[in-house]
Amino acid sequence: MAANHNAHHAPAPVGGNLFNATTFVCGVLIAIMIAILAVRFIFGLGAVTNLNDGYPWGIWVVVDVVIGSAFACGGFSVAMLVYIFNKGQYHPLIRPALLASLFGYTLAGVGVIFDLGRWWNFWHIFWPSYSNPNSVMFEVAVCISAYIVVMWLEFSPAFFERWGMVDAKKKLNKVLFFLVALGTVLPMMHQSSLGTLIVVMGVQINPLWQTKLIPLLFLLTAIVIGYGVVLFESCVAASAYRRKIELHLLEPLAKVMLGMLALFIVVRFGDLVVRGALGYAFKANLVALAFWVEMLCFLAPFALIGSAGARRNPAKLFVAGTAIMLGGIFMRLNAFLIGYDTGVGVDTGWRYFPSVPELMVTIGMFAVEVLGYIIITRRFPVLPREDVQVAH
Amino acid sequence: MSDRRNFLKGVVAASGAAVAATALPTPAEARETKQRPPEALGLLYDATLCVGCKACVAACKQANDNPAEFSTVDQLWDTPLDTSGKTFNLIKMYRSGTMETKDAEENGYAFMKTSCMHCADPSCVSACPVSAMTKDPKTGIVEYNADACIGCRYCVAACPFGIPKYQYDSPTGKIGKCELCRHRYKDGHYSACAEVCPTGATLYGKTSDLLAEAKRRLALKPGAMAVFPRGNISGGKDQSYENVVGNYQQHVYGEKEYGGTQVLKLSGVPFEKVGMPNLPPEAAAAHSESIQHMLYGGLVMPLAVLGAMTFVAKRNVHHDDDDQKGEN
Repeated sequence: MAANHNAHHAPAPVGGNLFNATTFVCGVLIAIMIAILAVRFIFGLGAVTNLNDGYPWGIWVVVDVVIGSAFACGGFSVAMLVYIFNKGQYHPLIRPALLASLFGYTLAGVGVIFDLGRWWNFWHIFWPSYSNPNSVMFEVAVCISAYIVVMWLEFSPAFFERWGMVDAKKKLNKVLFFLVALGTVLPMMHQSSLGTLIVVMGVQINPLWQTKLIPLLFLLTAIVIGYGVVLFESCVAASAYRRKIELHLLEPLAKVMLGMLALFIVVRFGDLVVRGALGYAFKANLVALAFWVEMLCFLAPFALIGSAGARRNPAKLFVAGTAIMLGGIFMRLNAFLIGYDTGVGVDTGWRYFPSVPELMVTIGMFAVEVLGYIIITRRFPVLPREDVQVAH
Repeated sequence: MSDRRNFLKGVVAASGAAVAATALPTPAEARETKQRPPEALGLLYDATLCVGCKACVAACKQANDNPAEFSTVDQLWDTPLDTSGKTFNLIKMYRSGTMETKDAEENGYAFMKTSCMHCADPSCVSACPVSAMTKDPKTGIVEYNADACIGCRYCVAACPFGIPKYQYDSPTGKIGKCELCRHRYKDGHYSACAEVCPTGATLYGKTSDLLAEAKRRLALKPGAMAVFPRGNISGGKDQSYENVVGNYQQHVYGEKEYGGTQVLKLSGVPFEKVGMPNLPPEAAAAHSESIQHMLYGGLVMPLAVLGAMTFVAKRNVHHDDDDQKGEN
């Protein structure tokens, strides 16, 4: 194992110019988002969103927070592999995965504020005289906030190394094991609870998603999505920075992912059959179609990268990672929006589709993530050092 | 190769066990659906007595200081199409075919009141992360406190009746919903909608009294004459009068739905056709809190998993550090 470790290159800044076409586009998108948010905070949620009393939660909650945080599970999934299952060979994947997670979660936390109608009271969630421990959202909010802090601490060695803070890094290393442990337990808690959020919505949620096992389904998919995002992001980073793709790591990682995915599929269909809810999947309506799109995305990776040979093909790994991410998107959109019948069988006339400004804010948040990732990987030691750079 | 296979098994088994153990609430620990408090207050709305005058809608606006809302071009008077952050009570109309007969499902018309049902086990109260939505332990009134509210609208999403509504047109929007006029009790008043109702279609009182009254009506002979109370059934002056007995559906809506509600309803047209959803007897709040208590009760499960993770991480992270020292 030790020899395996020494073979890895330590993380190093990628270097290069921060101003290019990608960062410029990100900057423009972020400026548009800020302008829209100004309107939102001055005139209220109705001024920029299509939210209504039939659909009080739109894409700022479901995409920015529920999906955004699931996409940020790479750090958690890889950390589990390296530190809990002691697979040290995946160590080079940790920092980049953690960085993406850090951004995903921090932005999910910030994004919540945009959506809160009475945001100045936000601290009430953490204040004992106000907080309601029976509320699933209380658990989600406390857990996500704690996890954001834990992740910044976990990632801080990258900053300490850059700024030569040797003592700080040493001190942090002494408690790192505890941060790592917290960093696995907290996401288990809130990723499952993000699913539990829909339980109190009761019969308004289609039985294809309204199950007492929904926390387990959300947790399993969050872990699988975590690996899917690592595949996706490793391929994108390799192509954007013209670096070697870490196939010797991605191939076995993809296999782990397929194992978890298989477990999820078994639990998912087992639950539907046991509850007698599978019939809803064969109705001729949009909800049933959305269910099958979700399932096809989750089943596609078995066809794409089922064989070891296929898992050495970067293009297939990339497509499989993307399919998993799409499956995660659909599962969460379905559970919260498409499978949400606000009138419980009575057509109350409410409809929801995100407005353009609403979409631009979600896109702007994504741009913040991309821009932050570029700046940090170019200036801080995150990605493994490339041989070419060592030679210089 | 076999090493990798064993490892994969380990990953799947360990993660599976960890998550499965945390996601299966056992019936023994399940939180039961809550029942109405014995002194619960509520309303009885009898659609067969309602004449659609909407005096209750106007009185509600006045009692709660809410502005008029318009749905017509000329904006002459209050014409909301649904309850909203500024309309807490509304009479909606059911229409079928020729609309000849009142309270007939075919070729008829009927009215239905829309306002908070004051559930025995409210989803909104369970959902609210900051206790802005609470249920009074004595009266059972589901109360809202804007000073605590963070505006997350989880209550809006959770309610199966679509009752808590948010004011989207304001930068400081609040949730709006019926609180049974609890602010008027100190002046000897009760729910304004029941106070002004000329036919007793909306009746105020203790839910236990209202439920007995509802069952009395269901036992009457349709078309016969009977005495109907008006105003407050549990006190105050007698305002009862004689009227024709309606052709009721044999169902007191709210008696059992989601564990029961404090506002009860009678109707001549099937409830689902007049916008009252078909709900199971167990409250969604009970399911949700069963899962939460099972997973987080006393923080036992999270601390146990954290302990195990800390133990394993301590071994593995340390080992990792040594390697890094070797590198440097």
